[in-house]
Amino acid sequence: MQIGIFTVGDVTTDPTTGRTPSEYERIKATVAIARKAEEIGLDVFATGEHHNPPFIASNPTATLAYIGAQIERIILSTATTLITTTDPVLIAEDYAKLQHLTDGRNDLMLGRGNTGPVYPWFGKDIRQGINLAVENYALLRRLWSEDVVDWEGRFRTPLQGYTSTPRPLDGVAPFVWHGSIRSPEIAEQAAYYGDGFFHNHIFWPASHTEQMVRLYRERFEHYGHGRADQAIVGLGGQFFMRRNSQDAVREFRPYFDNAPVYGHGPSLEDFTRQTPLTVGSPQEVLERTLSFRDYAGDYQRQLFLVDHAGLPLKTVLEQLDLLGEILPEMRRGFAEGRPAHVPDAPTHASLVAAAGGARDVAVHAEDTMTGTTDRATAEVDA
Amino acid sequence: MTTRIVVVSAGLSVPSSTKLLADKLGDAVQRATGARGLEVEVRHVELRPLAHALADHLLTGFATGPLADAIDAVRHADGVVVVTPVFSASYSGLFKTFVDVLEPGTLDGTPVLIAATAGTARHSLVLDHALRPLFAYLRTVVVPTGVFAASEDFGATDDGSLDKRVERAAGELAALLGGGAARPPAPRRRSVDDEFAAPTPFEQLLREAGGDSVR
Repeated sequence: MQIGIFTVGDVTTDPTTGRTPSEYERIKATVAIARKAEEIGLDVFATGEHHNPPFIASNPTATLAYIGAQIERIILSTATTLITTTDPVLIAEDYAKLQHLTDGRNDLMLGRGNTGPVYPWFGKDIRQGINLAVENYALLRRLWSEDVVDWEGRFRTPLQGYTSTPRPLDGVAPFVWHGSIRSPEIAEQAAYYGDGFFHNHIFWPASHTEQMVRLYRERFEHYGHGRADQAIVGLGGQFFMRRNSQDAVREFRPYFDNAPVYGHGPSLEDFTRQTPLTVGSPQEVLERTLSFRDYAGDYQRQLFLVDHAGLPLKTVLEQLDLLGEILPEMRRGFAEGRPAHVPDAPTHASLVAAAGGARDVAVHAEDTMTGTTDRATAEVDA
Repeated sequence: MTTRIVVVSAGLSVPSSTKLLADKLGDAVQRATGARGLEVEVRHVELRPLAHALADHLLTGFATGPLADAIDAVRHADGVVVVTPVFSASYSGLFKTFVDVLEPGTLDGTPVLIAATAGTARHSLVLDHALRPLFAYLRTVVVPTGVFAASEDFGATDDGSLDKRVERAAGELAALLGGGAARPPAPRRRSVDDEFAAPTPFEQLLREAGGDSVR
């Protein structure tokens, strides 16, 4: 079981003090939070991806590479990488590069994005969200698995004899998760390829999550990747804890009431009942988290949202300390009753082993292209 | 098979003339469809008690409890009657909010009877200037007669009386719902529920992505 945190990097005013961190502070806080995640023994840190204020989560691979240089062990991932509006050619390069820089300590989670204008900003049409995700990912896989790609599709210019560099580390592409809240087509996509499926979970009723996870598991089995309960499932989660339950509720309420997503809507009490949000003691958070298995089955990755809604860095780090305290018990709980045939989430090491060992797959070629633009122009002029 | 009619009303006061009209219409539809030999179940959905849940839905994106039930009832209805009070020259915000949280395609091809209430008859064109275009956008089949009731209508018994309009509209809805001859099911957009029940195979998604589909 991998346990970690994910962040969308919102720059939000602290409603209790009226103070808004600068982008610089928020970006550096993200790094501090990732370091803390490693320190308390978490397995995964994920960030991304937004391209508009109030977020600082653009360019996740730069952030992850920077973090990867400072910590040793944790898996660096995304939440999410926009497969719809990012050119798959750039995704192939960026994440293979990140593999080399971090010695394979990264994977990625693909998402379609929930910000309407992000599509036109990158020259895409939001009505084609599913089709973009389907076509772009099919190309991304080929760019990682084939050295030389000829490709023609609907949403980007054709490729002739194209080689994406660097080639994936040890000849193995990063593991891919597909995140979707309510698009069955994406659960279908994840199942078809035998990739991981991640449900955001945190803003939704359990029935919603259950339905998506069940579909993914059934289709995973349908496509012959293993039994339904061997599919690779990840879930989000959200908590605020203090040693004393009432203190947690009192302290978190103003953040909840003003939160960017659900603020000024349902009450804290309603929302904690309707969604996985848990505000209370460490024991309550522990028990609630372990209950996710009741409807999602034994799963592979649990990511918590801890740094949002204007919570100051100090508070976030305290939350992580408390998470660190219940972590051993959480791991024991997740291991309890877990059938032996339920696999762990793939890592770079397990993927390399499954591929029969590491291979150097570098494509060596003479440079025949640099400086060719002038020549091409000259030929056109002539 | 039972024909399911859902009557959605957006009155705010208790009691409200909107609910009064909704009850009249519900009864009339029951009689008119019954007369055609249909087995009918009429369910009333009042939006007032769902006001909080609707505001929450706008912010959270999901329905809970009774609101989820109401949406489900409308989705599975064979015919729908909608009744809104007129606020500022249109349907009420509460009424529109309910329409706004319906997934696209929920009402595709569904026969709908539109009705509205207001203090004076000067608002009667709201039916044709606001409600009819809205339900055309939703790809419903709106019956020709819309029922508008001003306060004074509840006391009038002349030739164009409210009861007569109610009966005519209910008869038109009943005619659309068939009885005797089977009505071919109207084509509906594929909903998320349909995808869960029978997912589009990925090979097909892959083919369509490269074709000319919009998804």
